[in-house]
Amino acid sequence: MTARTSLTTVGVALLLGTAFTAPSAHAERLIVSVSNHRVTVTPNYSGEELVLFGSVERDASTSATRGNYDLVVTVAGPRADMVTRRKERKFGIWVNTDYRQFLQVPTYLALFANRPFDAIASPEVQRRQQLGLNNVLLTQRVGPDYADVVPNDAFRSAFVRLRSEHGLYREATSAVTFLTPTLFRTGIPLPAEVPIGTYDVEIKLFSDGALVTRTETAFEIVKVGFEQFVATTARQNGLAYGMVTAFMALMTGWMASIVFRKD
Amino acid sequence: MQLYLPIADLPVNVFLILAMGAAVGFVSGMFGIGGGFLMTPLLIFVGIAPAVAVASVASHIAASSFSGAISYWRRRAIDPALAAVLLSGGIVGTALGVWTFTLLRSLGQLDLMIALSYVVLLTAVGALMFWEGVRAILRARRGKTAPLRRSGSHGWIHGLPLKMRFKRSKIYLSVIPIVVVGVVIGFIGAVMGIGGGFILIPIMIYLLRVPTSTVIGTSMVLTLVTMVFATVMHAVTNHLVDAVLALILMIGGVTGAQFGARAGQKIRGEHLRLLLGLLILAVGIRFAIELVIRPDDLFTIRETGGAA
Repeated sequence: MTARTSLTTVGVALLLGTAFTAPSAHAERLIVSVSNHRVTVTPNYSGEELVLFGSVERDASTSATRGNYDLVVTVAGPRADMVTRRKERKFGIWVNTDYRQFLQVPTYLALFANRPFDAIASPEVQRRQQLGLNNVLLTQRVGPDYADVVPNDAFRSAFVRLRSEHGLYREATSAVTFLTPTLFRTGIPLPAEVPIGTYDVEIKLFSDGALVTRTETAFEIVKVGFEQFVATTARQNGLAYGMVTAFMALMTGWMASIVFRKD
Repeated sequence: MQLYLPIADLPVNVFLILAMGAAVGFVSGMFGIGGGFLMTPLLIFVGIAPAVAVASVASHIAASSFSGAISYWRRRAIDPALAAVLLSGGIVGTALGVWTFTLLRSLGQLDLMIALSYVVLLTAVGALMFWEGVRAILRARRGKTAPLRRSGSHGWIHGLPLKMRFKRSKIYLSVIPIVVVGVVIGFIGAVMGIGGGFILIPIMIYLLRVPTSTVIGTSMVLTLVTMVFATVMHAVTNHLVDAVLALILMIGGVTGAQFGARAGQKIRGEHLRLLLGLLILAVGIRFAIELVIRPDDLFTIRETGGAA
């Protein structure tokens, strides 16, 4: 059935010739890979940069006139709840008064494209496809409701700005480079304080302002060896961990008093 | 040299942390205080989460106070009986403090409460010590000897019942005020995340009239026990003690403390109190300024985890 449909499509395309530019959704295929699917955190870890590369595969049904491709890569780290607080002056001192809760938002978020989002698609498509930090869905709890707000909302923009200052939220509209018309690459910079967990990478291909196809991949950042041992022991055997740390403190203090003994 | 901290989830420069540990250790050895009120803000400044900083500093203080306590013990500058009575109150106070901490956190505004109590406590204690130090120095200038008020002036504290003889300190005092002081210090320590040595020492000197020779050593024993207790408590309840961070701090801290202790012995007592008063006052004022001036950024983000 599927074979016959695509055959028909090919037939129609052939019949109508080059003038026909139907939005045939599966004419192209994206093949992507990340340079490292498992980033290990070792004692000397201080951030890393991954490389994502891939190509646009065209098949026989692809219309020959298909214009230039545009590519948007979204990298989203493990999700968490966060609170943004605003300070206000009360009784002469600055105190936290108002706050907004951001529910299950990515702890790391990066959006890369080959050219500005405005040039890639219309504002409507940008919103629907969540292109750019202004259009990514960041769910807030506003009273009893769960919703995202307008991009210039004070809390939302402060949230994005603060995350960006730490390199945890980023947007680069020139990061994706097309090596050939169908071969592309982009770097994924991971700052030192990136959270541990699974990172989802979504790659969307646009042409003439419309989404052509999309694909997904993922990578994970994990602690290994000593780091992992310490972290899991602290979580699972809190008492033993605390006792060992306290004992370590006493030993260090004792050693020091021996080393520096003045007799 | 960068090193990744397993609990704080962040790489730090080992030499920077060592230097911070040594600097705070020097101060703590010199004045006989734990130095938590200096170390915790420094760690937060480097980018370590406040909760991890507070929890890890506890074990750092335990290490430096243990090395201090050993050397004071050798010099017979610790009063074991006095330390035991203080501790009995200290443990009750710590338990009360942990309970209050949890309550305050559930009400929100815990940060403000901590900042306000830092301001009030540090500026008050700092100003008092500074003033006392200035007066003592002025007296010494005028050629008069500092009056030893211990012998004659017996305040209301000395009229309380349940008196006990503390041989090493050569004082005869009711256990009631000592236990109360222990409770207060334990409480403040647990709520504010500090050892409390800088409050305990003036209280012991001016209120309980404990001779200076045993004050620092005895207060170190109290700090040691409460901080060991706090380390284990933090590890069990919050899982936020970073052992790697703690070890670096300890190594820097105990080294600095030895040199600090030697430097402290070369400085005259009233000058030492004046300097400590100034230091405490400075930290208190810094906290006050932070509350009063308009912050650079009105917004802050905090991760609240899965359960909001």
